[in-house]
Order: sequence, then structure tokens, then C-alpha cells
Amino acid sequence: MTAPILAAKNLQVSYPVRGFMKKPIEIVHGVDFEIGEGETLGIVGESGSGKTTIGRAILGLAMVSGGSIAFDGRDISQATPKIRRSLAKDIQVVFQDPYSSLNPSLMIGQILAEPLTVQGWSRADATKRVLELLDRVGLPRNAAARLPREFSGGQRQRIAIARALALSPKLVICDEPVSGLDLSTQAKVLDLFIELQRETGVAYMFISHDLAVIRHISHRVGVLYRGEMVEQGDTAEVTGEPRNPYTQRLVLAAPVADPDRQAERRALRAQMFAAA
Amino acid sequence: MAIESLLDEVESVTEEPIEVRRGVFYRLIRDPQAVITGTILVLFVLGGLLANVIAQHGPNFVDFWNVNSPVGTPGFPLGTDGQGRDVLARLLHSINTALVSALIAASIALVVGITFGLIGGYFRRLHGVTDWLFSIIMTFPGILLLIVLMPITRGDFRWTMFVFGFLMSPAVFRIVRNQTIGVARELYVDAAKVSGVTHTRILFKHILSVVRGPVIIATAFLTGTAINTQAGLAFLGVGSLEIPSFGAMISDGFQNLRAMPTQYLWPTLTLGVFSASIVLFGNALRDTIEGARPKPQKITATAMVDGFSAEAGPADEKALLQVRDLGIAYKSPAGVLNEVVKGVSLNLAPGETLGLIGESGSGKTQTAFGVLGVLPNEAKVTRGSVRIDGNELLGADEPTMRALRGSTIAYVPQEPMSNLDPVYKIGHHLVERIRAAGAGPKELTNPKVSKAAAKHLALELLERVGIPDPGRTFNSYPHEISGGMAQRVLIAGAVAGKPKILIADEPTTALDVTVQAEILDLIRDLQAEMNMAVIMVTHNFGVVADICDRIAVMQRGEIVEEGIIREVFANPQHEYTKMLLDSILDEDTIRQDPPRSVIKVKAAQVIAALKEASA
Repeated sequence: MTAPILAAKNLQVSYPVRGFMKKPIEIVHGVDFEIGEGETLGIVGESGSGKTTIGRAILGLAMVSGGSIAFDGRDISQATPKIRRSLAKDIQVVFQDPYSSLNPSLMIGQILAEPLTVQGWSRADATKRVLELLDRVGLPRNAAARLPREFSGGQRQRIAIARALALSPKLVICDEPVSGLDLSTQAKVLDLFIELQRETGVAYMFISHDLAVIRHISHRVGVLYRGEMVEQGDTAEVTGEPRNPYTQRLVLAAPVADPDRQAERRALRAQMFAAA
Repeated sequence: MAIESLLDEVESVTEEPIEVRRGVFYRLIRDPQAVITGTILVLFVLGGLLANVIAQHGPNFVDFWNVNSPVGTPGFPLGTDGQGRDVLARLLHSINTALVSALIAASIALVVGITFGLIGGYFRRLHGVTDWLFSIIMTFPGILLLIVLMPITRGDFRWTMFVFGFLMSPAVFRIVRNQTIGVARELYVDAAKVSGVTHTRILFKHILSVVRGPVIIATAFLTGTAINTQAGLAFLGVGSLEIPSFGAMISDGFQNLRAMPTQYLWPTLTLGVFSASIVLFGNALRDTIEGARPKPQKITATAMVDGFSAEAGPADEKALLQVRDLGIAYKSPAGVLNEVVKGVSLNLAPGETLGLIGESGSGKTQTAFGVLGVLPNEAKVTRGSVRIDGNELLGADEPTMRALRGSTIAYVPQEPMSNLDPVYKIGHHLVERIRAAGAGPKELTNPKVSKAAAKHLALELLERVGIPDPGRTFNSYPHEISGGMAQRVLIAGAVAGKPKILIADEPTTALDVTVQAEILDLIRDLQAEMNMAVIMVTHNFGVVADICDRIAVMQRGEIVEEGIIREVFANPQHEYTKMLLDSILDEDTIRQDPPRSVIKVKAAQVIAALKEASA
């Protein structure tokens, strides 16, 4: 394999605790992972497992208390604000909640142009790019002159994706980007993610609690449990024949949309519990 | 929370185009209170600006021959005061003094308050320092300080108001700081940071736009405070005697109260109307910008449209719950009733589980709430009938419904945490519910369950729903237990009265998958044990496949397909059901196409191989 674009080694992330001289709480206890060019690394785990925190650490929104994150071979775990700003071209984000991730008082065009103008694009170039982006994510061009509240959840998520891709980044952190969407919208947005990846060669770190979503989009999967990476490998292996007991539990807990297969799975789960 | 999500659902169902939201100014000029007070204020300002034109004399012009002259004296429309000065001229010039005071004090308060509020709210490290600073300012005794500072301000009201601006700044600071803390947590601020937007730009573009509204409102009130404070100081005789001011005029009139009461009347009246207009205008502004406050919700018997009568169809003998042609509507802003549930019919047999499945806005939760009789006050039932054991629920009064809820029909919500009052311990919640439902062994329910018996039953229930240490959980507060545990507690409360029907509204959506599986197992077990019928409202076909016997698919307020679970999964009839089933991410589809890095390596290998071959 070629050199990964992102490599985390023994990554530890902590959150500060309010109050004088209080020790920060460590959420992520030393995880290692790599993401290659154009690759999707799925991160699956339950609430409180630290999956969102890892994403925020890569984005510089959470404090890295130990280990390293190398992007294109350069350690960015303690990047200064100036370096961070230059990284905006390369690392972007799509959040879970398409409602609070778009400023309600700005028009879509302004929202999409912001990352461009910050990087010094001219107004004309930015406008051109915004229209291009709207086309690309399947929204009408007149969306630019409208406010976020005029769009449905799925459409808003398309806008958030367009914003993330505006600067043609090398890596996008996707933090549960389809969890808040309806079933029929979810599949379409996932397909959009995959299409865009094939076209642009962007890499994804795709965070989700839903194994079906992870299987659909990931080349490789890491399973996070209480701040530790308990299993990591090719999607088919990790989600098909999990070795770690927690991963096994996770796979068996996800209900299948088929009454007979679900009954089987439930029986298997009961067996596993009886054995434990 | 449930109510809010319901109203969201209504919003997305409503098909007619959303009414265009007009600008603040447009809405303001439609509000009579704003128009009347606004006009008064404009007249005052004009009067002040044209003071020299309207009045024939200067404010300090003294006519020795016309002391204490009455209203209507030629040249002195409102008469003169005890020193022979024109009352009208002094009044109009006082308006100018008041306006300048307000302008200076409010500007200082705004500049200082907004600057430090943004800094203190946005940069967490400076939080403590700014809070501390402004708390100290707040402890200063305002009027006293202004009087003490007289030697420095030299009695000039402008300098006094400059200082007063600082004294008022904590009010602005607090508003801005609190708003900023809230906005700074929004994901769009994080997204801006990730996009490389600088802090200054974030503060001005993203945060100030949100903070603006409340600050404008506060400014209206600050203006009033500044004017009254200036008048108060002048009344006390603080400041230059040359400056015409409401306070000085009231003070003069006060001394002449016996001789010429009107001298006292004019300034008091003007100041009163002026301040009242400012405050009332501020109120109107608040209502326009922030919208009228939502009224607290109280559950009452469901409202019916006028002339409603439950449909008298034949009752199904076997059905435990029979819903026929249920219609639920909400009034649009234009006053038209929009149906969000359009004639839903359902049957539920004892002990069976019905999955009510649909996407957001399908009306599934509305239907469930309609059956429970807990629709929000804005909702109206337009048609249909809901019967349990043959008894009609639509149109039943609240006591009848209350008796039914808990004992015959129970509810498990989506968000366990927001359905537990954080102030009360888990035990209190359960005991309250058990006693309200009159649950427990028969001998205890007569006339009411004693507290001790209820506690005993609560502990039993906690153990039954799989809580490891019931005693400890009983004495815990909601925040001390996990979401999964909280949902178990709510299920325990729901089944306390051994209900015949359990309506579960997305009971596992907020929970982790492993917890979801356990909760579904629990509901299944309890159902078998109590022969309880369950309506499972959900959007998840996995959950339906796991627990339901029958399924009803809802789309835009209607049931489009209903049937035995295996039949619907194997052979869906309606296009919408087919589309939904096709959208399910198949477990067996795993991404196959390799990432670009792998393609590159392979391409390099091929090229190398070709080169070798050609060499």
C-alpha cells in the first residue's frame, strides 16, 4: 500500500473538566489506525465509545493528550491555529445533525462560499464553484438564494456534503451523517458519498453506530469500545466473522429486516448470552 | 419534547406552501402597540429636534414680567415657570437632553457589554475573568456613585451618562454572553472552524447575527432606564442648572405646586408618556422578534371539530382496540384545518403486536397520540371512532380517559430521559405512577394503594424489567442512570397497571443497538406474560421484523398497506412499501470496489510488469 494520508498512533484524547486544577477526563485511550488515499475507514461503536471524539481530535476540535496524528506524514495533533487554517483545504467534516450544522440565518450560497472566500477565492470564482457543487449534490441552482429552513433533512445533508467538498479535500470526517435521515433518503445520501469518493478520490472516516451503513460504505472497519479499538480489519471479515466478543455482540444485536432471519439471529444471541 | 416532535411532524405533513415569513419591520407595523408607541416616540423626537422652531423662546430665556403665567399666555402656550421661563421651550429642550442621555448611556452599555459578552462567551478561558469583572460592576450602587463622581464629571449630564453606560453594561454583557455560549456550541460554528474561518469572523458573522435580536430588545429598555436616571439625578439637583431637563422641571414645579400646579403636570406627563412608550415599544419589539411565548401545554380531553359525533359503525367483537376512519387536523396559520391523519383504521387483537411504520411526517405518532387521547391542544379530531372493548374513547371526558390510561392503555416514549423529571428520584416516579394507576393486587387498590405497598410493587417491577440493583436504582436520580436503564424504568411504570394495550413510540430509537435488542426482548417477554397487545410505532424495519405480528405502513397520514408481517416483507403490494423495503441496506451488500490507493498500487505493478516484459 502507498503511504496512508492519515495515520494515528497511540492516540489519546481528553476533555477538560470545569474547575480549577481538575484533571481532564481521557475519552480515547490510545488507538492506532490508518486511512489510505480514497479509502473509507468505518468506525463503529456505541454511544460513549469515543468515536465522535476521535473525529473531533482529527479536526482539531478536541484536545489530543497523547500519541500522534500524522496527515500526509506531518504530525497535526498539536497544530497551531495557523496550520489548522491551512489544513482546512485538506480535512473537512460532515456532521450528524443537518439542522444545527447549517447557520439558520445565512443563505445556502453564503454557507457554501464561506470556506472558499476564507481561502482567498474571488467572489466570481466562489459563485461558480458553489453552483457547480449544488449541481453535483443534486440540488437546484436556485437553492443558493434560500435559507436552510426551506430544505428537508436529506437536502440539508446534501448541502453539508457540498460544503465539505468545496475545497476538494483529501479527507472528510463523516460523523453519523445519515443517522438522522429517513430510510429512503439514507440510501440515496450514502450512494452520493460513494459516488463522490469514486470521482474525487477523497478518503472518508465514516463514523456510525449502524453496522448496515458501515458495511455499505467502508473498505475497512474499526470497532471502538470504551475508548479502545477492539478490532480492526477488512469490512467483510470484521462484520462477517468477528473475533472480538464485543463485535460479535454488536453484530448479533443489529436486527435484520427479515422476520425469519431475525428470529434465527435472536436465538443465536440468546445462546451466546446463555454461554457467557 | 413529544409535543415538539409532534408539531414538527405536523409541519412536514402540511402540504400547502409555507407562508412567507415577512421581515421584522413588516410585522412590526402590523402590531397596533408598536405603531401607537412608535408614533408617539417619533413625535417626541421631532418636537425635540424642532424645539427652536416650535417655541418662541430659548429654554433659559427669562421674562421677569411673566412669572407663573398660566397656560395660553401669548408667546407662552404652556405658561411660564416661577422664574419666568417658557415651559414649552423647556419641555422640548428636555426631550433633547433625554435623548442625548439615552444615546450616550446606551451606546456605552452596548459597546462594552457586547464586546466583553462575545469574548467571555466564546473564549472559555476568559469566561471567569469577564464574569468576575461584570459582577463587580453590578455591585456598585449606581445613583450614589454618580453623585459621588460629581467633582469628576463636573455636573455635565453627558459625562454622568457616560459613566452610567458602564453601570448598565452588565445587563447587555449577560445577555450576549449567555447567547454566545449557546451559539458557540452549535455544529455550524464547529464547521466554520474546520473550514479555517478565523475567530473574529466567526464572532461577527455567525454569532453576532444570532445575538442581535435580544440585544435590540434590551436596548429599548436601557434607553428608558437612562432617561429616567438622568431625570432622577436632575430632580435631586445633581448637575448643571443651565440644562433643561424633565427632572429639573419637575423639581421646580414641585416647589410651585400650590401656586401653579400645571408647571408640575407638564414635565411629569411628558416623562411618563415618553418612558411608557419606550417600554411598551420594547415589548412590542420583543414579541415581533422572538415571537409570542408558547403557552404551557396541559393535557385536556381531545378537542373535536364542531358537530363531531363518533362514527357509529358495527363493533368488531374480537378486536380489543378498534380505530375507524380516524382523522386528526391542525389549524394552519391561515385558519384552515389541515388533516395530518386522514382516515386511519386499525384493529388490534389481545396479545398481538402491530407495527405502525412510516417515515418522518407520515402521521404515525399522531395516530398513536390520538388513540391515547394526548394530542396537543392545537389538534382537532375531525372524524372517526376509537373503541377499546367496544367503548368509544373519542368525546370521552378527561376523568374517563385518565382512568383508562395506565390501567388499560399505557405508553412508552422515545426519549426516556426527557420523560423523567430530573428533580425526582426514580422511586418517586414509579410510586406516583403505580398509585395513579391504582395498580397492584386487588386488596391494595381499595381505595388507593398505600405508599409502602406501591414501593414494594415498584421494587418488584424494577427487578422484573431487569435492573440489576433495584434498591439502588429506586433511590437514584434520572441523571445517575443510563438511557437504557431509564427506558426500563419507564417500561416498568407503563406495565405497572397491567395494561391491555401498550403503545410504544420509537422506544429504542434513542438507544444503542445492544440495548435496543435487550429492550425489545423485555417488551416481548412482558407481553407474553401479561397477554398485552402492543402498538410499536417505528421507522425501523429491523425492529418490526423482530417483534411484530402485523404491520401497517403509513404515508402522508394514510395507511397504504397492512398485513401479516411475513406476507408484507415477502410480497409487498403498495409502491411505497416496495420503495421502503428496497431502501433497506441489505446486510449482505458489502462495499466491493477498492479504494484509490489500492488501484494506484495495482496500476504501478502492472506498469512495472509491462516495463519488465518490454525490457
